[in-house]
Amino acid sequence: MSPAFGRGAMTNHMIDLKNTNVALIMGSNIAENHPIGMKWLTEGRLDPKRQTKIIHVDPRFTRTSAVSDLYCPMRSGTDIAFLGGMINYILENDLYHKEYVLNYTNISYIIKDEYGFEDGLFSGYDESKRTYDFGSWGYQYDADGKIMTDETLQHPRCVYQLLKKHFSRYDVDTVCRITGSPKNKYLQVLDIFCSTGEPNKTGTICYAMGITQHTVGSQNVKAFTIVQLLLGNMGRPGGGINALRGENNVQGATDMALLFHIIPGYISSPTNTEDNKDLISFIRKITPGAAKLPFNNLNEFREIVKQGIPYSGWKVHSSKWVVSLLKAWYGEAANASNDFAYHYLPKRDASKNYSHIALFEAMYRGEIEGLFVNGTNPVVGGPNANKEQEALTKLKWMVNIDLWRTETADFWTYPGWDRAVDNPNVNTYAPTNIGTEVFFLPAAAVYEKEGTAAQTGRWVQFRWKGADPVGESKADLWIYDELGKRLKQLYAGSNRPEDEPILNMTWEYEGHAGEEEPDILKVAHELCGFHIADGTPVEGFAQLKDDGSTACGNWIYCGGTTLKDGKFIYKPQLREKDDPSGLGLFPNWGWAWPVNRRVIYNRCSVQPDGVTPWPGDEDRRLVWWDAEAGGWTGWDVPDFIKSVGPDNPAFKDPFIMRPEGKACIFAADGSLIDGPLPEHYEPWESPVPPVLNKQSLNPVAKVWEPDKKGTSDKYPIIATTYRVCEHWQSGSLTRNLPWLAELMPDMLIELSEELAKEKGIKNGREVIISTTRGDIKAIACVTKRFKPFVLGDDIVHQIGLLWQFGFKGYAKGDIANRLTPHIGDANTMCPEYKAWLCDIRRA
Amino acid sequence: MAYLTNLYDSSRCTACRGCQVACKNWNQLPAVIEPFRGNYQTHEDTNADTFTIVKMIETEDPVDGVIWNFLKYQCMHCFDPACLKVCPRDAYTKTSWGATVHDPDKCIGCQYCTYACPFEIPKYRKREDITTKCTLCADRVEEGLQPACAATCAPGALMFGNRNELLQYAEDRVKHLRANGFPRATIYGKMELGGLNKLYVLTDTPDKFGLPVDPKVPGQIPFWKDWVQPYIGWLIPLALAGSATSFVTTRILANKHGKHDEGGHE
Repeated sequence: MSPAFGRGAMTNHMIDLKNTNVALIMGSNIAENHPIGMKWLTEGRLDPKRQTKIIHVDPRFTRTSAVSDLYCPMRSGTDIAFLGGMINYILENDLYHKEYVLNYTNISYIIKDEYGFEDGLFSGYDESKRTYDFGSWGYQYDADGKIMTDETLQHPRCVYQLLKKHFSRYDVDTVCRITGSPKNKYLQVLDIFCSTGEPNKTGTICYAMGITQHTVGSQNVKAFTIVQLLLGNMGRPGGGINALRGENNVQGATDMALLFHIIPGYISSPTNTEDNKDLISFIRKITPGAAKLPFNNLNEFREIVKQGIPYSGWKVHSSKWVVSLLKAWYGEAANASNDFAYHYLPKRDASKNYSHIALFEAMYRGEIEGLFVNGTNPVVGGPNANKEQEALTKLKWMVNIDLWRTETADFWTYPGWDRAVDNPNVNTYAPTNIGTEVFFLPAAAVYEKEGTAAQTGRWVQFRWKGADPVGESKADLWIYDELGKRLKQLYAGSNRPEDEPILNMTWEYEGHAGEEEPDILKVAHELCGFHIADGTPVEGFAQLKDDGSTACGNWIYCGGTTLKDGKFIYKPQLREKDDPSGLGLFPNWGWAWPVNRRVIYNRCSVQPDGVTPWPGDEDRRLVWWDAEAGGWTGWDVPDFIKSVGPDNPAFKDPFIMRPEGKACIFAADGSLIDGPLPEHYEPWESPVPPVLNKQSLNPVAKVWEPDKKGTSDKYPIIATTYRVCEHWQSGSLTRNLPWLAELMPDMLIELSEELAKEKGIKNGREVIISTTRGDIKAIACVTKRFKPFVLGDDIVHQIGLLWQFGFKGYAKGDIANRLTPHIGDANTMCPEYKAWLCDIRRA
Repeated sequence: MAYLTNLYDSSRCTACRGCQVACKNWNQLPAVIEPFRGNYQTHEDTNADTFTIVKMIETEDPVDGVIWNFLKYQCMHCFDPACLKVCPRDAYTKTSWGATVHDPDKCIGCQYCTYACPFEIPKYRKREDITTKCTLCADRVEEGLQPACAATCAPGALMFGNRNELLQYAEDRVKHLRANGFPRATIYGKMELGGLNKLYVLTDTPDKFGLPVDPKVPGQIPFWKDWVQPYIGWLIPLALAGSATSFVTTRILANKHGKHDEGGHE
């Protein structure tokens, strides 16, 4: 979403789902995995003003399908074909929201003449390196350096015309041949969802891992962005693209940069390359439009910023975020004379990838000595679990922090190496042959500690402690505070320059006298930012400075703290139930980043004049320009620069995080490395040849293990993995709770009655599922809810497996991920759990 | 006193089974971990340690395609409960607000109620030699709380309140559903057995949800309870035997109709 809108977060929030006219749920099983989201959709359904229609598109008929108004099946891994057909349908039938698209997106921008697309490849492809040169994927600029546009949309090189041409191949019949969707159902989906292109209607898209866990995961999301921009559904109540996070604090984890390529606040992390060698080079690198500007130090840079950098967006302030971050981390050791200790920041190797699959491949090769596993269970949840489990044997040590001894903590035990079936491809180990030293630290459960979670809709909510931790278990904060303090102790007295980052790291979170726990509000204070001079909170990121006078651990959380009558207030602790707009914004309940905006890009909820609501949609206006007061105001916090009024050229640029100020239907300059527009490619393992183009796999996806690719002659059945309502993630929590274990007690495989008959499999009996990576056993759930897909003359079967089982707990079962491949999305490396090939037989 | 009741709206239920867990939590019932037999529903029926289940029933027809119906199943708290009638020790009582409550201290484990109930609800708990069933959380309700199941229901499929008001909701809801794609939507519990203190909004006919279309109390029960039992207490064992015979016969008949086919999907 970031290449299209400027941020990668869920655009609206859970309660906002009640404001929608049509919800398209695709690649998500919201009723089972986000029951509270479903609650709000149900509210919309009961509201006579909205009468929400729910559409579910999924390879499986789930509990979400059961409560939807319309269910349309679709073969796993064909989302872009499905959505490409929708884009084509919108353009062919002129269903797009014209006023919106023209003003708020780059649809009228002129693209370079060199850009092209042929046989499934965009211009600039290098087959030997499997990469693109993005040089031709850019805009045309006029003599003044302005992007050229054509508001009539007739120019053959404008985005509209290129888009139309690109998706003209996605006609309904071709799409249905690829996706296997029944044509009548597909047409109904198109008809109902595309009706939200009318200005008085909004439609929302909810997605989850069914979209992202593919070799084309990012492009799947890109296809959503195009649909929602054409229909004018972004930045409006009941609209948006709602990435339902797979875990309740995933949003918080990514905000805090638990990803290898960023530092807190979604800033690219520094690399070991020349263009990152010092602070000023780094700032040049991360500030849009700064690459070629003449400046050598921060003073010169500040002057340039003051005059304005064209096409830089809000990220022009990146220097303030980075310097404030360095001040927060290194305190007095970071000052103007030493580049604010930029040299303390670890620099990652630019030639390496540090994502999940890559880490475990490196571990497998013996390149990694030690591992911290905290609240994750890769032996159950990681792809190609046999290999990942074997990788753990190559470690010298592993620290496991969890509530229970999970499958990962106990990977070295005999049950860990028990296989359902002997498979010569899989190595097995006895505990005596494993040298990894495992340390287990018992952790406190969520109700036994205090802290915040940033939920899927970016609302940061504080949770107070409900009970004391059991036995010796400790809160994560205590564990990491202790680790920080002891590391500093161990390094104390060292004169070596490489030890300075640890010695000079600020670490002052001591709890109140007599309390063992660190003071969590001190962490919040540093995170949300303070003025160095007097220690008072910085009230919003617009006040952050790059001269060392402010410190802020994460700029997007800036404004989460304040002083009221001299008392420190941490806004995620707020619990006021007022909702003056009636749109479910609840502005004083918790706090949402950025600066308590509940719906991002909300400038789009009014017409370009900044005042008038969209025709027939008066009650869904979120913000507006107040001419008398000379500023933006509204129900929500405007996602706009408050003072930018009608006389400013940026008045109609609602996407302030994009350099263009507009949302990008065409993702220019390689912001997605596998193409400026989405194109359907088959999953790595696919039972059918490509129809639309000559490529089968996404041409940029990295193939880790070419010899492990299963082919359809041996493995003709498509498989996908998923969760059910009764278990959570890898099941380490829920399979240890008897009341949940009894609701879903065994590992199961879902399959159609047709496939069961063909294979002689009976309901409730054991089945063996095999791939090139391993074999597992599961109990058959033969159901009418699964149906074979008819693709032209071919009939292909699909099965489903729960990935939540393992060899520990009350409810045990084989690990589905022993079967899944080591391959991921070209951009994010998110593993392709959702579409791969297998074979099954009666046990 | 106006009756307080639970209403279950099948059109809003997502079968998350939070109600099932909340029930176990409030009543401190142990888990009954049985092997998976091919249906998400897991428990085929309520049991002595599981007072409520969510039935998950798949059907398919050429017009509607695949339908997956969900139904929360538990004691119906009948206006005129057969269990109360047949109990030789008066272990069952009806509260002023409509709950049928069972007193385990009075129960002698004769299981007569298990045979009499038209919904086959009371279940025998061998380890204590008593029968058990849903209490409509009488202990919570009398302290001003909602039943545990209704309190936890996220999509609002379960509501608790005044029966007349909920009946009005049900009438409106059924009207709406009938006009919006569910022509056979209906209310259950309004008239059945003279009224149940448990209301259902169903999107289809009761048989599609595994509910008896026209539930009946076995014919001999009113006779035993109102005429024989008051005078000849020693006839109880005989009555028990009679009812047991009737129970077995009904089961055989039910089996003939494929009620307990393998898989339990129907």
